Amino acid sequence: MLIPVTILTSFIVFFIINLAPGDVVAQLTGGDATPEEVAEIRADLGLDQPIIVRYLKYLSGLVRGDLGKSYLNGRSVFDAYMEKLPATLKLALASIFVSIIISIPLGISSAVHHGSIRDNVGMVAALLGLSMPNFWLGLLLIIAFSLNLGWLPSGGAEGFKSIILPAITVGTGLTAMLTRTTRSSMLDVIRQDYLRMARAKGVPEKVVIRKHALRNALIPVITVIGTQLGSCLGGAILTETVFAWPGVGRLILDAVNSRDIPMVTGCIILKTITISIILLIVDLLYAVVDPRIRAQYAKGGK
Amino acid sequence: MAAEKKVLASRRYAKRSQSAEIWHRLRKNKGAMLGLAIMIAIILIAIGSNIFLDYDTDVIGQNVAERLQHPSLKHPMGTDATGRDMMYRIFYGTRYSLSIGIASVLIALVIGVTLGVIAGYYGGRVSEIIMRLSDAIAAIPSILMAIAIVSALGQSMFNLMLAVGVTSVPQFVRITHAATLTVRNQEYVEASRCLGLRQWQIILFHVLPNCLSPIIVQTTLRVASAIISASSLSFLGLGVPAPMPEWGGLLSAGRKYIRTHSYLTLFPGLAIMITVLALNLLGDGLRDALDPKLKGKK
Repeated sequence: MLIPVTILTSFIVFFIINLAPGDVVAQLTGGDATPEEVAEIRADLGLDQPIIVRYLKYLSGLVRGDLGKSYLNGRSVFDAYMEKLPATLKLALASIFVSIIISIPLGISSAVHHGSIRDNVGMVAALLGLSMPNFWLGLLLIIAFSLNLGWLPSGGAEGFKSIILPAITVGTGLTAMLTRTTRSSMLDVIRQDYLRMARAKGVPEKVVIRKHALRNALIPVITVIGTQLGSCLGGAILTETVFAWPGVGRLILDAVNSRDIPMVTGCIILKTITISIILLIVDLLYAVVDPRIRAQYAKGGK
Repeated sequence: MAAEKKVLASRRYAKRSQSAEIWHRLRKNKGAMLGLAIMIAIILIAIGSNIFLDYDTDVIGQNVAERLQHPSLKHPMGTDATGRDMMYRIFYGTRYSLSIGIASVLIALVIGVTLGVIAGYYGGRVSEIIMRLSDAIAAIPSILMAIAIVSALGQSMFNLMLAVGVTSVPQFVRITHAATLTVRNQEYVEASRCLGLRQWQIILFHVLPNCLSPIIVQTTLRVASAIISASSLSFLGLGVPAPMPEWGGLLSAGRKYIRTHSYLTLFPGLAIMITVLALNLLGDGLRDALDPKLKGKK
């Protein structure tokens, strides 16, 4: 699945970006080059060939892990991406962590007290989180915690303190979805007979919820966490911009602004691949959580 | 007595048409009604701002003498760096944000539903190609996809709509495809086939109307997320060009003064949030009203 998706996405991204009316040569030369010079640069960059030839060349490069070089500074796209990836991954993991510690307890309490005020308040909070533009929340946090209170830095990536606000920003956006999933998944489980059985045996309510209900409700929750990790990687551009976080999102945005086509194409494709790999890992994680699926894998192996 | 009441109740129940029944269920949902009321108010603001505000003087006309004034009675939301009243600009911006949200979803709706119904109805290789293509588009993070489209086609309001629209196509394809699959093999479709109806007639008059509920719900929710995406792109400087008062653009302009004039970032974001919240409430309510079986699920 990974390979066809990669080829298709690279195809789509490559064509969309090459629709561009803007010309990178004009940008490079500052617009005052003679026609001969322009033609020379175009030939140098391979821009004089038809688009399909360029795409096939690109594809053969992609297979070898070579995504071309930046038009602007000649750096390898792959290296530039890999250099920025850790910062983005760090932010994504921190955000997921924030999201998990908020939304799983919230979802459980909503489900356990289904229909009560606590449930309604939880759901309204989740809906608010869903409706808030993420970057706006980031700006509000900056106003509150770094400008008014002066507790945390408003940007940069130095030390532990600087990751707190961006992680809360991205994490809150994820919380809404995760809380709703946890709640509905818990509601499904909570009506099952084995929970009544556990209670009948005299298992304390806390243990019933934590051990019997939560563990069985985890599968959809993990699916959502996985897709969210993916969307964190993709969508953190805004948060990275707001907090001046030196991640892949900023790299892409800068490349877009300077019409650095190989950089934009390469980064978007690499990002899509990164996300696919993460989703694959999440699929494998099911087996760790759910012995039933593990058993299926074992059977399939024989 | 009690039995009589029951009969009466059932008669009243039976008399209702389907749309009246849906409306009745929607009306019982407080959240959805709140969302509907807010949406009506927002639409009135959008229409009213066109009638009562003059674009050249009230919305983009500069007045340096009153620049960067904090919220007061005269300017309830303050003024921006060139002395323009923020409240007027935000009210007028409703027109941009709403029309971008709705237009982009319409683009996605037309393309997505057409492809989805074709894939679902015909199946086989056609379906395979459409679904894989839509999967591939869905695999590209939507904001990156939109950035790629806007940066390729250039910055304008139509390109913004197109970019946001294209990123929502896969959702519509998937939902319509799934709905069509459940309808396709129903007896009434078979019956209309036996009657000798043309394929497009079957699709248009028998399959599509029965797939409508998930599509309506998705449309409402998608307008909400399209408004967020569009304002995000504007915030990044890739959306509606200045001086048009699109909410994301207002946020991006206000951000420069965040240290001293935080109200400039507060109000446009609030406008986005209220609109999106109203649409989400309405969408969730519609889902429950159109398909009571799904009630309580996310």
